[in-house]
Amino acid sequence: MPSDLIHEYMRIDHLPQIWCPGCGNGVIMHDVATAIHELIEDPDTPCNRDDFVIVSGIGCSSRAAGYLDFNSIHTTHGRAIGFATGIKLANPKLHVIVLTGDGDCSAIGGNHLIHAARRNIDLSVIVFNNDIYGMTGGQYSPTTPNGDKATTAPYGNVDRPFDIANLATGAGASFSARGDVFHARETISIIKQAILHKGFSLVDVYAICPTYYGRKNKKGDAVEMLKWQKENLVPTSKFYHMSEEERAGKKMIGILSYNDYPEYTAEYAKVIEASQKKGKK
Amino acid sequence: MSKAVLMQGNEAVVEGAIAAGFRFFAGYPITPSTEIAEQSALRLPQVGGKFIQMEDEIASIAAVLGASAAGMKAMTATSGPGFSLMQENIGYGVMAEIPCVIVDVQRAGPSTGLATSPAQGDYMQAKWGTHGDHPVIAISPASVLECYTLIIRAFNLSEKYRTPVIFLMDEIVGHMREGVELPNPNDLIINPRKMSFHDGANKQCYYVPEGEFIPAMKPFGQGERYNITGLAHDESGFPVNSNEIADKLVTRLLEKVEKNVDKICRIEEYAMDDAETAIVCFGGTTRAVMSAVLKARAEGKKVGMFRPITVWPFPEAQLRERLPQLKKILMVEHNHGQMLQEVQRTVGGKLPVDFLGCVDGTVISPDAILNKLNEMEGKRHAK
Repeated sequence: MPSDLIHEYMRIDHLPQIWCPGCGNGVIMHDVATAIHELIEDPDTPCNRDDFVIVSGIGCSSRAAGYLDFNSIHTTHGRAIGFATGIKLANPKLHVIVLTGDGDCSAIGGNHLIHAARRNIDLSVIVFNNDIYGMTGGQYSPTTPNGDKATTAPYGNVDRPFDIANLATGAGASFSARGDVFHARETISIIKQAILHKGFSLVDVYAICPTYYGRKNKKGDAVEMLKWQKENLVPTSKFYHMSEEERAGKKMIGILSYNDYPEYTAEYAKVIEASQKKGKK
Repeated sequence: MSKAVLMQGNEAVVEGAIAAGFRFFAGYPITPSTEIAEQSALRLPQVGGKFIQMEDEIASIAAVLGASAAGMKAMTATSGPGFSLMQENIGYGVMAEIPCVIVDVQRAGPSTGLATSPAQGDYMQAKWGTHGDHPVIAISPASVLECYTLIIRAFNLSEKYRTPVIFLMDEIVGHMREGVELPNPNDLIINPRKMSFHDGANKQCYYVPEGEFIPAMKPFGQGERYNITGLAHDESGFPVNSNEIADKLVTRLLEKVEKNVDKICRIEEYAMDDAETAIVCFGGTTRAVMSAVLKARAEGKKVGMFRPITVWPFPEAQLRERLPQLKKILMVEHNHGQMLQEVQRTVGGKLPVDFLGCVDGTVISPDAILNKLNEMEGKRHAK
């Protein structure tokens, strides 16, 4: 049964979406819509639907922008964060949410990612991280694990992968988190906090691509891949109470780093004020 | 007219743009355009605008398009190498119909070339730099005053036709300093952007009424919800895989410029009334050509200057009108023959078209032009 949220927040005429059966992207798109819905409904977080702009790049992930019934802009490959920076600086009242993929934001768009993080401009970047280029048919991406197979790594991937959440932290992001498809409730909560955070936030959401990554690497079908997430991705609260042995082979999801660095558009507002005072002297 | 001020071409661009309503700049430093970024950083916050230095030119044009989608008149400035980096997103701006102005202060290339030397080697890039079939409007100023007045026109055209406009400068004009009397702000014509959908659009952001070519959109965050994409899209802005819709869209994009070419194309003519030889030039070459025309006239030669101000689309109708009176044409430009191809295409073999160019980073002097005219004369006598 489709939830009411779908009727409320999706461009229903354009569904069903183009993603493969078992793809995790629909779940992440639903998480984003739910997070926004909860913020709109909550009297403590006054905002309405027109305050949100969805910006995406190119790839499987980025088709989500077209399905979400908001102001949405589906841009060029890797450049969503550049467009989003312009939108946010032009109108800082807007909540600007970037939907992107591992290749889109950390390969072709890697430079824009680290510089937006460094500036700490108030964007919420949600990475649909499926470890592969899905739209072009399964080539290795910057997050494909070393040794894994892809159509362009038929003998195994020689590259070492990025951890995008840590990359963002290293580049100065004031909010960096990890979510996944299986832990939808936790991921919705993380996305909400990312949107509310005044500064650059990134949520690296582990997606699943059974069609290319899963099949090439014998990870089983979508259900198997979700089971792997259930067993190996652990919410922060639980992870902190686990012993070293229990943590072996597991990864934490939740907020990984948080800071209250000054936010770019707020700092620029001070520049405007200072320049106008100086002019009046 | 106000009293004269000493100004540089690059500075005049910023002041003119601000008068046109420019309030957002994103850019990356590159010689010889950098003063435009520096002046924007200084001046924009004073008028409530925003400046941001991005990590590269790709991000710069992306931020400019984003800011424009959010309702601000936006501009970036660069030179050849940076202009090349911007090309993909310029095509996006064309396809998604997002107004903006891209200033290219040309320098000698290819590649890093002679980074501080003048050239006009991006003429063809301005038209064909991005991929696919697309319209381009490009304007080329020849003086500091024109940097001011024509950048206003660049913004006006961009807003009116909802397409990126290229402001094709060169090092000569960008770094030229001269006294200018700026027009009275009250005398300026400024096109505001239509900030709502067309009547009857029914939330279709790319809806265009019958017989018109240009959609109208409300900026993001002002109470409408719609999708923008660089994929072929229908009137709702949603991607479609329909050959028919793609054809209709690309045809309309081309026609919005082609069908208005008489309104878009502007030229300057000098001593053309009885001219038998026309020297065609644009931008930074203009001063030398005017000087050569004066000297040639003093020698009794019937020489005039034909200068496209709108360099894309090439003002072929205006040039064609002059052909019956002309015996020959000399194209003078700081490259190896780029606008020359447009002139030859327009002339269609009816007249001899000669060429004087340079790619060594120097400037073409009036004497070099006179020598070329004499050489052409000699060739003719030798027949």
